[in-house]
Amino acid sequence: MTESEILSYPIPSDLALEPPAEWAELRAKCPVAHVRFASGDPASLVTRYDDVRAVLSDPRFSRGTGKKDAARVADTDDGGLFNSEMATVLPQEGEGHLTWRRLVGKWFTAKRMAALRPGITAMADQLIDSMIEKGGPVDLKAAFGFPLPVWVICDMLGVPDSDRDKFSYWSDCMLSMTRYTQDEMVAAMTEFGTYMAHHVELKRANRGDDLLSELIDATDADGRPLSTAVLVATGQGLLVAGHETTANMITKMVAMLLADRSRWEQVLADPKLVRSTVEEALRFDANAGFGMVRYIDTEIELSGVAVPSGTTVVCSMAAANRDESTFAGADELDLTRSPNPHLAFGAGAHSCLGQALARTELQVALETLLRRLPTLDLAVGAEELVRVDGLAVGGLSELPVQW
Amino acid sequence: MKVIVEEDKCCGAGTCVLVAPDVFDQRDDDGIVMLLDEAPGPELHDAVREAVSVCPAAAIGLIE
Repeated sequence: MTESEILSYPIPSDLALEPPAEWAELRAKCPVAHVRFASGDPASLVTRYDDVRAVLSDPRFSRGTGKKDAARVADTDDGGLFNSEMATVLPQEGEGHLTWRRLVGKWFTAKRMAALRPGITAMADQLIDSMIEKGGPVDLKAAFGFPLPVWVICDMLGVPDSDRDKFSYWSDCMLSMTRYTQDEMVAAMTEFGTYMAHHVELKRANRGDDLLSELIDATDADGRPLSTAVLVATGQGLLVAGHETTANMITKMVAMLLADRSRWEQVLADPKLVRSTVEEALRFDANAGFGMVRYIDTEIELSGVAVPSGTTVVCSMAAANRDESTFAGADELDLTRSPNPHLAFGAGAHSCLGQALARTELQVALETLLRRLPTLDLAVGAEELVRVDGLAVGGLSELPVQW
Repeated sequence: MKVIVEEDKCCGAGTCVLVAPDVFDQRDDDGIVMLLDEAPGPELHDAVREAVSVCPAAAIGLIE
């Protein structure tokens, strides 16, 4: 692999749980690699831990939404989710971003998540009740991993239970890079936008104990109330960010533990390992999706390579999380690894707002499965698991399990 | 051990609170870090070091 060679990005990989062979090679020999997105636009791929962390933590760089020469991610006409109206309505940088982030962020503190824990546990138990009633084998993704986070987000937005299925579909459409047509994506975004605008009006008339109700009464950096457009985009953003990511991660985490069942037995024997197991599963996830895009608008140097102004950089947190110079035995899943400064949630001012929620959901999901279904096992061979392509978030098509 | 937090760097991820709840908390009004104990006892040192290494914003410093 040479500096002049242009890779397609995302790098295709056949194995469901293993990283593509290119990662190790890129980290070793080509830390800033030329790639081409599905849109045909060129970008630079960064794979070393220190470089990924440096780019993501650098407050000078943002996604480049609206910049004419920023690379478009998707092959649809408008370049997909990150070039969408939703991405442009919310303040992306500076003071405005900070104010918005802090307004929403107070809903995601560790303390509030601890308070949500019993409710999430009850949802997990309810889903497992249905699984047991139906009897195995079942697809754990459809029966458990997928519904749990969308139930949590719907609760947070004050959306009625009966609309949870709609939310799942919209979430799927909005993250698509190749799986849905441009018309389907636009239709889903419009439908969802209309629903949310209506929902915001309902909340204006009748406040509840939810995030939107609280944001309606909040003010921005200039002391003005948030516009309906910002409230709608916030709701959309939380669904997109909080549903498919966590749903897939629950599924992938369980797959990793069951693919070598001694791992499952290790946590079963010592449930104190749940927290470090969740962190290690996040680090180890080789099918994490696209990565984070940054538009570099002033020349920088990464691993001694000059990155000119005007470059779109894509940071592969998943490749960085396998960097041997940061993680000893990076290609081993070590359920006791600590500390584990992985980059699954990104880094810096734009690191995942909902990471405390995601951690709580993953911990509750694992705890509840261990408690209710200790004999859980794959119903197919690990080599038969299939990756889902064409979404911004990587996942498995299904996870057949029995107990 | 002396712990220093930089509020303007903090992104409110709450990672430190999950790892070392005796030393860190988050403000109710914006989720920004609050230091509960700037000179934690030796039994907390491992947890504090872990909190430093996992903070996404590199907003926690240590003088040891």
